[in-house]
Formats: sequence, C-alpha cells, structure tokens
Amino acid sequence: MAETRLQQHGLVSVHGAPRYEAREKVTGAASYASDVRLARTAHAYLLTSKIGRGVIQSFDLASATAVAGVLEILTYENVGDAIRQMPMLFEGGYLADSFRPLGSAQVAYWGQPIAMVVAETYEGAREAAARIVVAYQARTEAPSAGFESPGVNTLALAPLNVDAGDFDAAYAKAPVTLDAHYSTPVQHHNAMELYATQCIWSGEQLTVYEPSQYVNNLKYGLAQQLGIDAEQIRVINPYVGGAFGAKGFLTQRTALVAVAARRLGRPVKLVATREQGFSVSAYRAETRHHLQLAADRNGKLLAHRHEAWELTSRADTFALAGNSLTLRLYACPNISGRVHAVQADRSTPGFMRAPGEVPYGYALESAMDELAYALDMDPIELRRVNDTQVDPVEGRPYTSRSLMRCFDEAAKAFGWHHRNPVPGTLRDGDWLIGQGCATAYYPSHMGNAAARVRLSANGLAHVSSASQELGQGMYSMMAQVVADELGIPVQQVRVSLGDTDLPPAVVTGGSAATASVAPAIMAACSAIRRRLEVAQGEQVMAAMQRSGLGAVEEFAEVRVPGTPADSLKGLYRGMALPTGGIQLPDRVQFAFGAQFVEVRVHALTREIRVSRAVGAFAAGRIIQPRMAHGQLVGGMVWGIGSALHEHTEVDARNAGYINANLADYLLPVNADIPDIQAIMVAEEDTKVNAAGVKGVGEIGVVGMAAAIANAVFHATGKRLRSLPLRIEDLTEET
Amino acid sequence: MQPFQYVRPASTLDVLASLRSAAGGGQRPDTAFLAGGTTLMDLMKLGVMQPARLIDLTALANDHGRIRLGSKHLLLGAFAKMADAAAHPDVRKHYPVVAQSLSLAASAQLRNMASLGGNVLQRTRCAYFRDPSWAACNKRTPGSGCAAAAGANRQHAVLGTSEQCIAAYPGDFAQALLALDASVSLLGPKGPRTLLFRELHRLPQDTPHRETRLQEGEIITGFLLPVAPWTHRSLYVKIRDRQSYEFAVASAAVALDLDGLRVRQARIALGGVASVPWRADEAEDLLRGKILDAGLAAQAARLAFSKAVAQSHNAFKIRVGQAAVVRALMQAARMEVDHG
Repeated sequence: MAETRLQQHGLVSVHGAPRYEAREKVTGAASYASDVRLARTAHAYLLTSKIGRGVIQSFDLASATAVAGVLEILTYENVGDAIRQMPMLFEGGYLADSFRPLGSAQVAYWGQPIAMVVAETYEGAREAAARIVVAYQARTEAPSAGFESPGVNTLALAPLNVDAGDFDAAYAKAPVTLDAHYSTPVQHHNAMELYATQCIWSGEQLTVYEPSQYVNNLKYGLAQQLGIDAEQIRVINPYVGGAFGAKGFLTQRTALVAVAARRLGRPVKLVATREQGFSVSAYRAETRHHLQLAADRNGKLLAHRHEAWELTSRADTFALAGNSLTLRLYACPNISGRVHAVQADRSTPGFMRAPGEVPYGYALESAMDELAYALDMDPIELRRVNDTQVDPVEGRPYTSRSLMRCFDEAAKAFGWHHRNPVPGTLRDGDWLIGQGCATAYYPSHMGNAAARVRLSANGLAHVSSASQELGQGMYSMMAQVVADELGIPVQQVRVSLGDTDLPPAVVTGGSAATASVAPAIMAACSAIRRRLEVAQGEQVMAAMQRSGLGAVEEFAEVRVPGTPADSLKGLYRGMALPTGGIQLPDRVQFAFGAQFVEVRVHALTREIRVSRAVGAFAAGRIIQPRMAHGQLVGGMVWGIGSALHEHTEVDARNAGYINANLADYLLPVNADIPDIQAIMVAEEDTKVNAAGVKGVGEIGVVGMAAAIANAVFHATGKRLRSLPLRIEDLTEET
Repeated sequence: MQPFQYVRPASTLDVLASLRSAAGGGQRPDTAFLAGGTTLMDLMKLGVMQPARLIDLTALANDHGRIRLGSKHLLLGAFAKMADAAAHPDVRKHYPVVAQSLSLAASAQLRNMASLGGNVLQRTRCAYFRDPSWAACNKRTPGSGCAAAAGANRQHAVLGTSEQCIAAYPGDFAQALLALDASVSLLGPKGPRTLLFRELHRLPQDTPHRETRLQEGEIITGFLLPVAPWTHRSLYVKIRDRQSYEFAVASAAVALDLDGLRVRQARIALGGVASVPWRADEAEDLLRGKILDAGLAAQAARLAFSKAVAQSHNAFKIRVGQAAVVRALMQAARMEVDHG
C-alpha cells in the first residue's frame, strides 16, 4: 500500500530483487582479481620513487638480488622497448597517463614506479624491493608540489572558455553581487579493493585479471603498449571491489606485469600496497575557484562568472572544466567561464566520482547560498526564480528537468519550512545546529554498447555484455531488464559481464552504464520477440513453447542517437566513451537532485558532525530501485566524507603524500553517518535515450559538500570556503 | 620481510629468563616484547622497528591480566585487553574516565587485541617517524634531525616539545591514569618495582628516542589506581576529526572532588597536544578551593596551555585544547555522581 501512496505522490519506492551477486559477496565466493589462483604464480612488488623530481643515476641491486627467491627485477635499464610510448586518453589513446612504465631514468613525481621485483613469494619481493639502493641525481630546487609552489606552469585553456552576453557590463551595474573564492583538496579513491593485476601467458595468448571499469580499454591499450594483436589478449574481471573512477583506464602497472610474466614464463601477480595506490592510479587533484554572481533584487541572476584552476602533472594536461556544466544550471543572460591547468611535479590526476561536479558544484552551490543571504531570500526560492528548461548559453532545451520537484519533496521530508534562516539561532544544549541545502546535478551520458541474450525453452535466460560490476548493481540491472522485457522471473536470468570475450560495452563511468547497456539488452530482447513472432498480448514464454525451439539467441548493438554510424567502430577497439550532457547538438540532458543537511557544531570545541541528510533525485527511469537507492545513499555518504574528512596531505619538500594510508587519510566511519534518506522522484524522459534512463551513479555525492558548508554557516555564522571543513576553521583566534 | 626470531616463553619463570637475556651481558637492544601487537606489527611492517628478536609475553596474561577493585586501589593487569577494561562494571562505575578513555580509543577490533600495558607504550603517529623514507627523525635515528618541524605538523604537539622532536603522544588511556595518580608495576631482570605513572614517560628533550624510564628488559605488569573521592566525578573528552577510530586533536581527562560547586580537588590531564601524557598541575592548583564556573574553567584552561608553543600548522590545537578543558570541567561538574 505504501507503494501506491508513493506513486500517487510521484515517487519511486525502494523495491526490487535482492542484489544478484549478494550471496557470492557475503560468503566470500566472489572471486576478485587478486583472488584468482594460478599455478606457479610469481609475486611482484613495486618500488616507487621517494623523490619528487630528478634523475636516477644508478641502482644497486646486489643486496636485493641476494634475497632468497628473487626471480627478476625490472627497471628502466632492462625493460627497454618492451613497452611502447603511447598517448593518454585525452590524446586519443587508452592510457590514464602518458608516462611510459619504467621508461627512463627520469623521475617526474613522488610515488612513480621505478622498479618491480618479482620473487617466489610476496614477502621476498617486498624485502628485495626494500634492499634496492637507488642513487638519485640531486636537484637543487624542490619539486613543485602544488598551487603555491614556485615553478608551477599555469596554462589558460582557451578552448574551454564559456561566454554568453556581456558579463563585465552586467556585473558592474547589478544591484546585488557576490564575489568569493573557494578551494577543494587532493583526494584519493581508496576503494576497498587494492590495485591488483595478474597476468598469465599461454603461448602467444595473454590473460589479464585486473579490476577495471573498462575491460576492453585494458585489452586494446595493452596490445598497443606491447605491440601485439589485441586478439591475443583477454581481460577477465567479474567483480570490482570499488572503482569510483580510479580503475577506468590503463595504468602503468599492467604492462609491467605482462612483461614480467612473459619473461619468466609463469603467471605474475601484483597487488600494489595501500600507500602505492595513492600514486599508481588516478586521484582528484586540488582545485581553486573564483565565483562572481550578480542578481536583481528578486534574485534573478544577471551575471555568472566562474574561473577555476586545476592542478595537473607536467606530462598531461588533465582538466575537468566543470564550469561548462555549472554555468548552464541556472537561467542567466551574461555568463563567463575560464579554466586554467596548473602543471606541477605530480602524477596525472584522473576521474573520481562526479569528477568535475564535486569541486565546481561545491563552489557554485556555496555561492548561491551566499547570494541568497545577500538577498535575504530563501535559498530554495533563489533556485526557483532561476530555474530554467533551456541551457542559458546556447538555448538548447533540457530533455527533462525536475529540479524544483526535487527541492519540494526533499524540503518537505526534511522539514525545511520550520527553519529560522538567521545563523546561530538553533541550539541543542552545547551543540549549535545548522541546516543547509544545495542543488545536485549530473549530466546524463550514454555510450555505445552491445549485448547478447539467450532464452531457453526451460524458461531460463542468459544475458551477456562486457560491462563491469563495480558494486553499483550491474548484474542486478541487467537481469532486471531481461526479466522485464521477456516477462520471466528475474531469478531465472543469468548474467555474464566483465570479460572481453563478451559483446563489448562502454566504459563503466560517467554514470552511463545503465543508460548504455539497458538499451542494448532491450534491443536484443526485442529481436527475440520478433524472432518468436510474439503476438499482441502474448507471453514471450508462450511464444517460445509455440515455436518448438530449444533456445533462441540474439545479439544487438546500440549506438548513441545522433552519433555517426562509424562511431560503433570504437566499441570494437576499446574506445567506447560516454557522451551526452552538454555535448549534443540539439539538447542538454541532466539528472537533478536537491540535498538537505543538518549539522551539529559543538559550541566550545567546534567539531562538525552531520546529524541528518535528505536528498531527492529525479533521474529518469529507475530500472532497479533497490540498487539505485543504494547508489544514491552511498553517494551521500561519500559526500559527507568529501566535505568533512577526505584530504591527502602533500609535503612541499618532495611533493609526496604523507597520509597515504587508511588510518591517516580519513574516511567517514559508521559513527559519522546519520540517518540518510534518499527519495527517488519519478520522472519520464523520452528524449534522453531509448531506455529513458539518466543514471544515478554519481549524483548522490554532488550537492553534499555545499549543503554541509551552507549548514555550517547557518549553525555558526561563519562561511567556510575551503574543503575539508575542519575544527580549525571554526576556532577563533584569541 | 626482515627475518626475526620469535620466542614464546611458556611460563612466568621462562619470561623472567628472557627478560634477563634481553637486558643482560650480550646487550640485545634489538629485542622487542610482543603483547597485543597492535602497534609493534604496524611499525615492523613499515620498517620503523626491525627487532632481531620478538619475545611473546602471552605467558604473563594469566597472572597479570586481571582487573580487581580493592579497598585502596583498582588494579588493572597490564595484559587485560582494552575492551575488557572498558566494559568492566567496577571500572565503569567507579572510574568512568578510565572506561571512557579506553572505549573512545581505536576501533572495536583493536580494543579486542590491544593490552593495557602496550597501550600506554603506543608510539607516536608522526608521519615522518612512521615513514623511514624520511631520513630525518631523531626519535627513529638519533641525531638525524626532525622532518616534521618544517613539514605537515597539524597533528603534532604544542606542549613538552623540544628542538629535536615535536611528535605528539597519541594515546588516551594514559591521560586517565595520569589524572588519577596511578602507579605502574614493572617486572625486570632485577625483579619487580613500582613507578609513579607520571614518571613513566620522558620528555623528548635531547633524547626523543628514549620515550620511557623502563630499563632494559623491563616490562609493565599492571596499573594501580588509588581509591579517591574524585574518581567518580571523572570523564574523558576527546576532540577529533571524525566520530570514531581516530586519534585526538585534543583531549582532556578530568576528575573532580566538589563540595557543592567548590573545588576540593581537581585533576586534569591532556592528550593529543603534548609530547607525553600531560598533567596540567598549575590549572589544578588554580581551581582548588574556588567555585567552578565557566569563567574559572576558562582561566584554568588558559593556564594549562600558557607554555604551549605552536608549530606551523597547529596553532588551533591550543584553542581546541583549552576548549576541551573547559568542556570537560563543566561536564564533570554537571555529572550525576553515585559514590555507592
């Protein structure tokens, strides 16, 4: 009955089959990449650079080689041309960064792999790595560690400029303006599963076991690096223990393990340590923002400018340019966006859950709250008067946009209308209480994908696609689509994924997996119905019996509407990337949400705790509500950590990370996470893609930091503009 | 893994023999004692401690693992687990500051493993001490310098530091022991002896690698906490960056004996802010005989930090530390106390 009531209110209840692979996961039967046992495995251990920049003069390997069981030590001196220099992702390649693995004596950043020891045991490899003596050629000046360091190189990324109207003129004469700077820190994914790789050669055939968000990226990228035919490589990856963007693209370790396995003629296994995980894969680099907003007395935006600086490596210009999205969120006639990449002696950053949305959204949604106070206006109403159904830069329509419905539902559930907006007025004993809200948004993406579905006469179905299960519920979603399309119980659907031998699919990133793979499965199921000549109103299984066939199997590939036919080629060479959001000529497409947070700040000791959080989200069709709900709640949990805890500290002397472990890199623990309510607002979108799906993988995190910072202002009257928000930000100098 | 020898004496007598061998003749400074292992194992994996020999003290757990309330003392065996001491009814009822300092520390898993004796000897969380790739650490390598002084030192100490070392003592339980005038029972090659707990830890000064007054081959077997009027009105306030499983930015163990609102006796020990468990004697003296209110508490808190020296990233610790003292004093004054 509760479900009916929710439907009447336009909400989606949390229902659906239990997680497809739940039993395997809770019993430990799920076999992750490092769990795979191969006969005669040799164990690898990376040695990473402890300097920030310089040149390796020499290695003394004598003591390391003497450790019992050492089989091989790879360094730049002996890897040679076994691994080719290839371009990174943004340059048309496959790689997460353009550093050639053990490619030269140059050390470009702290934590760079400089050697890999392979031994009979993990312990032996680790011990030998510790005994390698590296002589570095000293550099007199310190490496450039971050924005403030001497020697950084700032590049204005003019192609990313966003301009509409005349910002300067409008800002200069506006009655109400806001000018503020915000910053966000270095953050690392720290998925529970470490960065593992196992490689085994069988003749000329290589099998790779590695947690990946894109098995075909590994396959084709590694083939390029090794100079072999991609058909010689198979990547198997049925479970990923958390990825969040850090396992999206090929990193340096994979080719090293493949080379070592080939040289030794036996399987090689590498599991990078937790600390090494901070430098062997992607991270969220620090950002700086300058926001300028102008409005009339009724809150209507007149001018909106967002200039940002993002840190990157010297080798790769990696910039997220999230203001290309934020500048399109609200109606405004005069818009200006600028982005700068700041090159430093650091590893190449990468994608981390809602990569551009988190830092840029934090800046804009904090600024919107500041503007609401400047206008003496409710922050929800400020969003309402600036709500729009068209992109303010190019005038393209939103395919659907339910932002204000989300605000209204979340505000109701939160009890926002009871709030006295004056800061410092809510108190519970020694605890100051504050309430804040923010918009959450995420561009709706889709990529090319293929799937195969087989229906047997006994009523069992098997669906396969080389997509990836990251914990987000891919198995469950794929099973549910088949069950819905063929009218069979979901328990009768078997799912295969995470294997390059299966029909290829887009990278599992950009919240695009469901929007991409569901249409492919739907197309395959339609083909089955056509083949069986299912009559109007007839059950598929009845048609199946009628046909007398033992099984029917169909393959389908689906291309993003509006993209050229030859874009499908990329699907078959590991180049299927999501598109959508603001990248389409005729429309813009976003999921929206509204997030509300209550914080408690101790009046004396000033620690900040979140006591309540409510989010409402409209993301098109929700195929598997139970999994989608888990994604949204998980995103909000992440958002709390991202706002209050997560912060990788860089030592300016070697540009190294000094808290690269789970004790000192703080993530929220259970005691930090209050009751979290995620409301799913029903939304029908027939234009976004064939499935009507917008994706929920990332949006849950997007508005949290601003909502928390806004709540802290409400509690204390102090505006914090730099993440994470910590005790020292609220202790006054005396 | 660095090879090492592992010895597990079967009885108390055998342990005594091991202690003698650890100290005696051959001089074996590279011997380490293993109890719960929650600090030692970490530091061995990090390459910070590389003992050639580990002596497992499990054989002492029976004789020195008890918790017993007598007429003059609470005895806490050094081999009792943190979790067991935190949950013990007598500890919770008569020594709430002890129970709280233990249950607010570490994680449930660690509290189930860690011994009380090992806990007070827990070593600093200074990132530069814990990462041997930083050559300069006077605590790890005497005379090598201090990488933290010009590094990321938000977590470091503001009290009791020296030119040679600014590392903070990380534990919680020690502050409770210090506030309650505990003494510590030791067993060594020359037999047992007793030390005031406040004498156990040494200020870093010029020798930060010498952290305690334990002699070679000497181990902790127990703690004696006097029965006193202030133990019931006692508590532990711990301020940290997340709600659980995290070290203190600042903490205060407070015990009060009140006559109405007038302070007969006050005990204050500070954590997270000092090189060693830190007793705020001057603040205690200030409180004695006066009516406790927020103003007096703030005055005491300022006095407690009057000699504090901030590092480049942690001036806020002085303010948070003072606030923790005020909060703890005022909360203790409001406690419902049952002396039963």
